[in-house]
Amino acid sequence: MSNRTVNINVHHITRVEGHGNIVVNAKNGKIEKLQWQVPEAPRFFEAMVRGRSYEDIQTIVSRICGICSISHSLAATKAVENATGIQVSEQADKIRLLMHYSEQLQSHVLHVGYLAAPDFFGVPSVVPLVAIAPDPVKTIIGLHRLGNDWSNLIAGRTTHPVTLRPGGLTKIPTEKQLRELQDRLKKSLADLTVMANVVLSVAGKIPQFERQTEYVSLKETNSSTYAFYHGEIASTDYKGTVPVNNWKTVANEYVSDQSTAKWTKWHRDSYAVGALARFNNNADLLSTTAKAVAKMFGLKKGCCNPYLNTVAQLAEAVHVVEKSIELIDELLTKGLKSEAVAVSPKAGKASGAVEAPRGILFHEYEFDRKGNCMSADMCIPTNQNHANIQKDFEKLVPEILDEPEDVIRLKLEMLVRSYDPCVSCSTHMLDVEFVR
Amino acid sequence: MAKPKIAIFDFACCEGCQLQIVNLEEEILSLLGGADVVEWREAMSEKSDEYDIAIIEGSITRMEDEERLKVIRGKAKVLIALGACAVIGGINKLKNNFDDLEEVKKCVYGKAAGKPHLHTGPTKAVGEVVQVDFSVPGCPIDGKEFTYIVRSLLMGKTPEIPEYPVCVECKANGNPCLWQYDQVCLGPIIRAGCGARCPSNGFRCFGCRGYVDKPNVDAAKDVINRFGLNIDDLKTKMVLFGSRQEPTIYE
Repeated sequence: MSNRTVNINVHHITRVEGHGNIVVNAKNGKIEKLQWQVPEAPRFFEAMVRGRSYEDIQTIVSRICGICSISHSLAATKAVENATGIQVSEQADKIRLLMHYSEQLQSHVLHVGYLAAPDFFGVPSVVPLVAIAPDPVKTIIGLHRLGNDWSNLIAGRTTHPVTLRPGGLTKIPTEKQLRELQDRLKKSLADLTVMANVVLSVAGKIPQFERQTEYVSLKETNSSTYAFYHGEIASTDYKGTVPVNNWKTVANEYVSDQSTAKWTKWHRDSYAVGALARFNNNADLLSTTAKAVAKMFGLKKGCCNPYLNTVAQLAEAVHVVEKSIELIDELLTKGLKSEAVAVSPKAGKASGAVEAPRGILFHEYEFDRKGNCMSADMCIPTNQNHANIQKDFEKLVPEILDEPEDVIRLKLEMLVRSYDPCVSCSTHMLDVEFVR
Repeated sequence: MAKPKIAIFDFACCEGCQLQIVNLEEEILSLLGGADVVEWREAMSEKSDEYDIAIIEGSITRMEDEERLKVIRGKAKVLIALGACAVIGGINKLKNNFDDLEEVKKCVYGKAAGKPHLHTGPTKAVGEVVQVDFSVPGCPIDGKEFTYIVRSLLMGKTPEIPEYPVCVECKANGNPCLWQYDQVCLGPIIRAGCGARCPSNGFRCFGCRGYVDKPNVDAAKDVINRFGLNIDDLKTKMVLFGSRQEPTIYE
């Protein structure tokens, strides 16, 4: 029985997107306060889109998050199209998927290489890593640049895409550009293996901790696709899938005093979303090399060590590159066509969902017959992880209470970072009943 | 001479502008070789209370953030506003268009809107709270422009950003005018420097860099008239990044 007295107060954890605090107060082995707090300044996006035209929605809501702006734009555009009855061609759908994959690579490399890796090497940021491991850092920089160049090509920008519009795209790449991209993607597979081996060499620093929880992600029924962009809501606690329009029966949001972001729960006190959730629901559908990467780390379906989310991201980074090489072949075989987009929106209400790099993301909008937004509701991945992080803290801290205070602190910080949280998105993305 | 100390701070925003700095990759090291970065929460664990140049990302929405910003201003010799949220309030200012901010809160948080930790005021740009010495406009910022501005300051030079509209760069890129494709594009009145990135991708300029110093209002009115639109059509687009931005040129 521990009789430790511990006081940890990490005010604004570093190397995560957004603001979060960790508080641990234990006296004589008794935990008096243990909280994951989210004090991010609220921004009220659900109000901001009110009255705005269906064609301006994605421009506004992509600003929810600088790191997963493509996912927000895609979820919003899908919701807008579902609500207003706008159709999208097969070609546009494929190019959007290619855009979405680019963000997965960009974001996963950023997280694994720049934000999480410093912990494994025991340094405070990626900058000292340049001296410790110059070649791997160069490889990681190269992969991050590839992700960004790829987004730039398909989305018009690395951040806050401008080629998306309801009904299609404003601009598509040329066949030559796609071939060049495909060449770079093929070459990058070797670099991704290097990156995986670098992480494997320090994998002993990943804490051994397990807690059974529920994992929620998209899943495509009757399909062989590891779901990022299409599909319905699946869970490790539930047989079958839930249609995206019914996401509120999954999220069950509630307000916590610890947080400006709402919390969620489904079959248990909390659930987790993100790469590990996708892996636990779709692992058999990973590409060949991605499966090999998961195997290198002993990552298996049913894994409930939240720290291994970072490893699942590594496997997914490989997966999206391999799938994109195939996707470009499909596009080039059919030949790219320039497609005119003419839309006439109808009144309606519907949702759209995609897998953001850090987990499943829901957007819902209602439009009047002129296509002006009447109400909006969004539920963001990190917001769905907050309660799960708190529950992890509650199991983990008693297990490690006898360890030195700075070790406890580091393990808690690493735990939060492993979820790759995007706190500024999750805050404010709450329930949106407009009170008139 | 000691290297100048740089600290980067973030307020209400999406942190996409910091990401553009990260995206500079190796160039960050050469750019900041002439300086010491002493605090940057999104990328580093170190923190510091001593700095010469403070870079502020995000808009200001709470009293406690105003106080924090004033403390930073008091310590910094030079203060740079980074990105649209800091420079003009950005998309966050859309909420200021509602007459009743309590209603805005209720529409997001429902019955819980009264909880004290959810309290916020109207969105302010950094310059509405403290003096700003230099601005890096855009949503997100352009990495090259950021590099130019910081490098100029480190070399003791005064950086200058374009005082002409996006149309100039758009024409130079050889783009067809989007007004001819039924898009209400704000290119004629918005500050250039982005390389007309959006219209070059077939997407209208929505004004993320803010109005040019002396917008040619007459020319903009001509364009609206020529395409059979009115001021309200333009305003619905200007409101995205131009909400109550001073001067609101069409009033």
